[in-house]
Amino acid sequence: MDLYSEIILEHFKNPKNFGKLEKAQKSELGKNTSCGDSIFLELEIEDGKIKDIAFSGQGCAISIAAMSMLSEKIKGLSLNEIDSLDQNFIKDLLKIDIGPGRIKCAMLGLETLKKAIKDA
Amino acid sequence: MFDPLKLKKDFPILSQKINGYPLTYLDNAATTQKPKCVIDKTIEYYENYNSNIGRSSDSLAIRALNAYEETRKTVQKFINAKHETEIIFTRNTTESINLAAHSWGEENILEGDEILVSIFEHHSNFVPWQNLAKKKNAKLLIAPLNNDLELDIEAFKKLLSEKTKIVCISACSNVLGLKEDLISLTEIIRANAKNAKILIDGAQSIAHQKTDVQKIDCDFFAFSGHKIFGPTGIGVLYGKKHLLETMPPFLIGGGNIIEVNNEFTDFADIPQKFEAGTQNIAGVIAFNEAINYFSSLDINEIMTHEKNLFDLAYSLFSKEKGVKIFAPKSTQKRSGILSFTLEKAHPHDIAQVFNEEGISTRAGLHCAHPLHLFLKIPATARLSFSIYNTEEDIEKAYKALQKTLKIFA
Repeated sequence: MDLYSEIILEHFKNPKNFGKLEKAQKSELGKNTSCGDSIFLELEIEDGKIKDIAFSGQGCAISIAAMSMLSEKIKGLSLNEIDSLDQNFIKDLLKIDIGPGRIKCAMLGLETLKKAIKDA
Repeated sequence: MFDPLKLKKDFPILSQKINGYPLTYLDNAATTQKPKCVIDKTIEYYENYNSNIGRSSDSLAIRALNAYEETRKTVQKFINAKHETEIIFTRNTTESINLAAHSWGEENILEGDEILVSIFEHHSNFVPWQNLAKKKNAKLLIAPLNNDLELDIEAFKKLLSEKTKIVCISACSNVLGLKEDLISLTEIIRANAKNAKILIDGAQSIAHQKTDVQKIDCDFFAFSGHKIFGPTGIGVLYGKKHLLETMPPFLIGGGNIIEVNNEFTDFADIPQKFEAGTQNIAGVIAFNEAINYFSSLDINEIMTHEKNLFDLAYSLFSKEKGVKIFAPKSTQKRSGILSFTLEKAHPHDIAQVFNEEGISTRAGLHCAHPLHLFLKIPATARLSFSIYNTEEDIEKAYKALQKTLKIFA
């Protein structure tokens, strides 16, 4: 099993949308306390849609790559559309056979995102 | 002659392959593997004398009770307790410490009292005391490390006073492998805090150094069976007799009473007072085998062996750029635990690559959040050694490290 495909490593080393937003309406800190991953997410929302996203933090290759890939896909999506994204969506993005041992890492970004828009 | 390869053969689990490679088990601080004699003993009990002790008086029950109490004698001898009744069987170290915090703490900690722990405690020896302090309006003091990643003895001394009611400290840190000299620590505590009881968390030391509770002169000593080749679900709390006798029971109900009527309950004497409900009889009986197995080896040879493994791992790992090892500076204070971080790879990814090579390690915060906050690192990867590990295991770990560095270059 090769978890560390080139594309995952590329997203880990050079994550997309990494940094801060100037005018974020929503932000959320997500943590996997048992492994020490943390992602701070900022969102700019306009007309019920994601206009911009940025994240910072530290984590394993899987959590950071998943967040980076997710951030590329969600600009322009409505909050309802984001709410309907699930594990399979993340698995399709990562294109690797993620086992139960690492699924929490992969899901950290999406879970943080969903929390951030909860009362948007 | 101490021969880890020969010992390896006593552990059936170690002969398997993981991801196509022979299993290299380097997660002994989490739990140790079980020798065949311990596994066989569990089966022997269930196949021949499974029964509930202390209730029935048939032949099966008597055989089970005798075997169960035999373990208590073995543990007493093993840690050199003065009395057999000072050995309480629990589920694990966490439960042992909870027992002490609850039964002793609830009665003896008052508002304004001080409880002293260290920054390198496992949560099992941190959270119960933090909780107790909050409940009682007492103060939780935390002894820091110095820059050498050793206990800051001067700061420790300053935290001790007449207000200190209990000092709870690990014999060995499960992350740093730091082992302070327990005898000199208790001397310092006795000299500077005359009212303080002392609890030692021996989870990480029990299978790696000699334990003599009378020499250490601690009031409580807690450890788990599974960290010393015994089954999971069996732990020990040692407590000085006069303390245990005056403490109220922890769990109450079946098994630890003498008489119950509608108005009152008279509780059993120690140790039964603290062993309510049907115990882990199979576990206790098999635990005897584990201690006997361990005691048949020379503890000095074990310590030398594990030190050699650490030294080899330390010298190989520190050759590579971007590797940071978290270990005490003084070599005498080190044990068979090596925690590290890589500049470019998260500990979880390190453990993943190691596992691909058949190597079991541990990554994360190791139930030691306060220590990681203190060190200002999000997590660590950890190798921990035991009697059956070989130099070849360390070399394999080094190759896995090189592979990790290559992937995350």
